[in-house]
Amino acid sequence: MTGEIGQLALCLALALSAVMAVAGLLGARANAGQSRAVASSTAMGLLVFVALAFGSLIYAFVTSDFSIATVYQNSHTLKPLIYKITGVWGNHEGSMVLWVFVLAIYSGIMAFAQRGGERLTSAALGVQGLLAFAFLLFILFTSNPFLRLDPPPFEGLGLNPLLQDPGLAMHPPMLYVGYVGLSASFSYSAAALITGEANAAWARAARPFMLFAWIALTLGITLGSWWAYYVLGWGGFWFWDPVENAALMPWLIATALLHSALATERTGAFRSWTLLLAILGFSLSLIGTFLVRSGVLSSVHAFANDPERGVFILGMLVTAIGSALALFAWRAPQLQSGTAFDIASKETTLLLNNVLLSAAAATVFIGTLYPLLLDALTGEKISVGPPYFALTFAPLFVVLILLVPFGPRLGWRKGDWREALLVLRPALGVAAVAAVLVFAIATPHSLVAAGAFALAAWTIAAAIVDLVRRGDLRALPASAYASALAHAGLGITLMGIAGTTMWRSEGLELLKPGQTMPIAGYTLRLDGVEMVQGPNYEAERADIAVFSNGRAIAVMHPEKRDYPAEGQATTDTAIRTTGFSDLYLALGDQRDGGWVLRAYVSPLAPFIWFGGVFMALGGLASLWGRLRRRAVPLEQLAAAE
Amino acid sequence: MNPRKRRRLYFAVALVLAGVGGAVLVLGALKDNVLYFYSPSDVAKHHVAAGTAFRIGGLVEKGSVSHGAGAEVRFVVTDGNAQVPVAFKGVLPDLFREGQGVIAMGALDRSGVFDASEVLAKHDEKYMPPEVVAALKKSGHWQEGQKPQ
Repeated sequence: MTGEIGQLALCLALALSAVMAVAGLLGARANAGQSRAVASSTAMGLLVFVALAFGSLIYAFVTSDFSIATVYQNSHTLKPLIYKITGVWGNHEGSMVLWVFVLAIYSGIMAFAQRGGERLTSAALGVQGLLAFAFLLFILFTSNPFLRLDPPPFEGLGLNPLLQDPGLAMHPPMLYVGYVGLSASFSYSAAALITGEANAAWARAARPFMLFAWIALTLGITLGSWWAYYVLGWGGFWFWDPVENAALMPWLIATALLHSALATERTGAFRSWTLLLAILGFSLSLIGTFLVRSGVLSSVHAFANDPERGVFILGMLVTAIGSALALFAWRAPQLQSGTAFDIASKETTLLLNNVLLSAAAATVFIGTLYPLLLDALTGEKISVGPPYFALTFAPLFVVLILLVPFGPRLGWRKGDWREALLVLRPALGVAAVAAVLVFAIATPHSLVAAGAFALAAWTIAAAIVDLVRRGDLRALPASAYASALAHAGLGITLMGIAGTTMWRSEGLELLKPGQTMPIAGYTLRLDGVEMVQGPNYEAERADIAVFSNGRAIAVMHPEKRDYPAEGQATTDTAIRTTGFSDLYLALGDQRDGGWVLRAYVSPLAPFIWFGGVFMALGGLASLWGRLRRRAVPLEQLAAAE
Repeated sequence: MNPRKRRRLYFAVALVLAGVGGAVLVLGALKDNVLYFYSPSDVAKHHVAAGTAFRIGGLVEKGSVSHGAGAEVRFVVTDGNAQVPVAFKGVLPDLFREGQGVIAMGALDRSGVFDASEVLAKHDEKYMPPEVVAALKKSGHWQEGQKPQ
């Protein structure tokens, strides 16, 4: 029964999205109050029916209803409840329903809040309706999650064990909230182009959505990287895998968008540029979805290899991006340009930020798509590895990070570089001390390490200096905390990346019980390996005693798990963290009465993710300030500046 | 030319220069840092020079896996027509099995052994790396029963 309810709900949602698209776009005309009301109420209806479909799918997974093909292929009665639920989006069909669900939530919020006026909202809802219509069509025709099996099997095939992990339970929804969140700023931009209302009010209306999407993307990427670190057993946190790049590109553009929208909102500068970034951000989300979901990439994320789906998404991609860009090319020249600004001004720093971030996104884009293009054209199969990204992406980020502290210290329209530098002198001092210390103390003595830590110290110290120089910390606006937190987060992540890549120690040995291996000041002793039974797996669990300076400090238990239902094995790493450094153990194969043990000591590794959390907190602070300030009229704001 | 136009011209010139500079950097980086994928047949045919890094993919030949000193592993990658011996020091991925698809990254040494720095196996039972599928199809040893997913 749940299958039929879900199916019916999806069909009704499809019909509603069509009505919403037409009514919303008609509502963009002057005096079309009735259409606007229809658009808003259909947005609510869409949310209700998509929620119903999503709910029935979850219910089918929780009750292990194997008469539904998706459930049969991706679930198992013995799976713990949480993984039954997360299994809903651990497959192609379910993840597409989640996608549309998130889209419907955003549309509902847009309809409810009516930010930027009824006309703009209506046009934006129209665009959201078009997107929802396309995705629902895609689900119903190529990826129906409610297809029945007759007769129903007794037991399901289970979920890929790599995905049975708490970190990964949250990663896809978080990333989708970010990916799809960019649809809201995309729709607002298209709406602004349609109505010609690309003004400060529009930028203010779209900004909370941009912020929210950016926060979710930041956390989603952070979670994904953390998951890869502790699950894959290689001790790495970023692989420049095309699927990771697919999430990084929208993040880079969304970061640029947040900064350029700031200028649009305050002074009306970069109007068309902000519109274009909003369009590009969501376009990259769509491209990411295409790359990940069409099976052109080989990856743990590539659920589907159905050419029909790939063609459908590609068609959708080309239509959405093409028509948005055409709309932009047609309407953007008619926008009035913003006020002029001096070369020494906040606007200049925001412009540089945008140029550098867009260029960084472009290098990632080329590195990710070039192999696909070459394969399609010549049949040659190549891959672009980390050295390419180190050569192109890293230099751009070095310049970006050098400039970051100046942004908050320069005034709108006219600022003073020298004065900003004068204020930031203490941060410069901290950076110099950090460089000297790192070069003198850490071995091997490396200029690159010294430079990286100087840069990190520069951003973090500058964020603190900026806050302190603004006066009473309790009276500061949320936006001051927002930029300080986010910029400091960038420095913290940089420290983590520099620390792990330059100072990581690696050990790999075949240990028999009782034997020891040394690694970076620790001694590891294998005390034995026992078989343990998990809820839906059995594992070889090692007892490893960790000694530091001859003192036993911990016992760690890396595991090798075997999932009989899925016929797969996974490595369950053991990580002991001090917050400043990780001791990381992965158990390998058994051989000649011993076990292969892989050990890493990664200094500062946790900082990579702490930094991500800081950035997200910065976003939250900005969002908080934004929503609280909403009641204050614009003139008062301008006067307060 | 009024000042506004002149400023625009400077801006456009700067933008073009930056674009060209960026393109040169990117192309240079691409040229030196792409890894080609070869099947064992390609390796036999093209005489890839020792020390040139590339990726190799195929099936792990049945009965070919042997363990050397410590954590060293040796195995043979085949596409049915040609074989390449591989040496690797490290922990093999969880789904590394004889008769299954594998991709290794590294370079040939002087004796023709592929010295792997990284070994990737498929992610799960249903999945076979697309490059391996293509290589097997090319060598005529692809069976339709095998699911590429």
